[in-house]
Amino acid sequence: MRRTYADMHLCPNLKDFKQVSRMIDKASTLGYRLIAIPLPLKQAGEIERLRDLCKEAKIDLVSRLDLKPRTADELMRNLRMFRRKFQIIAVMCESKNVARQAAKDRRVDLLNFPSLGFRRRFFDKAEGELTSSALASLEIDMKPLLTLEGPARVRLLSSLRRETNVAKQFRVPIVISSGVSDELLMRRPMELAALTNLFDLDKASAMEAVSINPLAIVKRNREKLSSRFVAPGIRIIRRGKDC
Amino acid sequence: MAIDSEEMFDSKELMDTVWSAISKLYGEHGASRTGLTLISYDMEKRFAVIRVVHTAVEMVRSALASITKIQDKPAAVHVLTVSGTIRALYKKIKT
Repeated sequence: MRRTYADMHLCPNLKDFKQVSRMIDKASTLGYRLIAIPLPLKQAGEIERLRDLCKEAKIDLVSRLDLKPRTADELMRNLRMFRRKFQIIAVMCESKNVARQAAKDRRVDLLNFPSLGFRRRFFDKAEGELTSSALASLEIDMKPLLTLEGPARVRLLSSLRRETNVAKQFRVPIVISSGVSDELLMRRPMELAALTNLFDLDKASAMEAVSINPLAIVKRNREKLSSRFVAPGIRIIRRGKDC
Repeated sequence: MAIDSEEMFDSKELMDTVWSAISKLYGEHGASRTGLTLISYDMEKRFAVIRVVHTAVEMVRSALASITKIQDKPAAVHVLTVSGTIRALYKKIKT
């Protein structure tokens, strides 16, 4: 069976509609069948326009919100406000408190860590254990691997190797995304998977990280956001007087 | 593999970039294990066929994916298909 590939973090400049269109077309050409574009809160209305573009390119669009809270309370507030408005919620963990809160909150889908601040990559064993009992996945953007050079890339690879080991140990799903805002930095799914070779992720896990894991998150959230959903495992089959 | 760029590059510029990417990621020792050779290159179509040792396919694939510039000009290199023999490769590309 042919795999369906997803890029959960495509970041075109939403003000440049031509570039958005080109990037969506390119994602389709490169073999992706599902993409997620982070929408700033002010531009949440753009989703319909993006959906039309994606429909033309025969690609599925998922609405995504990137939260960058400064405190755990701010994260909780944002989650209460926006969870039901977006299909994917990613948290950019800039502090340890936020990272810990995001890891244990079942409303968070993706945990993302700053690629340049090596001291602010908080995905350690404690974070892994918290995440394993919730629903979040570890998101790894490939953009810094392409743009960084020398010691910065070496340090990043070392952090990623440690984090993927922790994720494996605690069975936290890994999602590999591009995180790019430039068409020339877009890569095929197989190429993203090959790049994970650099931090010793095995091929099977890498392929899952670009296909099965992101698709599972989208499927789960779409089900939750549908009007038929009642609770996990319970959904409305039929409405009417005879029920 | 396909070269994605607005510029045109000759085969030497392309292969220098590929060797440099492999050496950067895996060092000279790793690069020596790839058995990398350019089989053909169409500058107009920006299309090249390279040969590598089968055990080094993933290494070369990741090195090619890490290329962002050729001769300081923005570019990307995409692997279109991989095959065990050159004959089968051309058959795959035609279909």
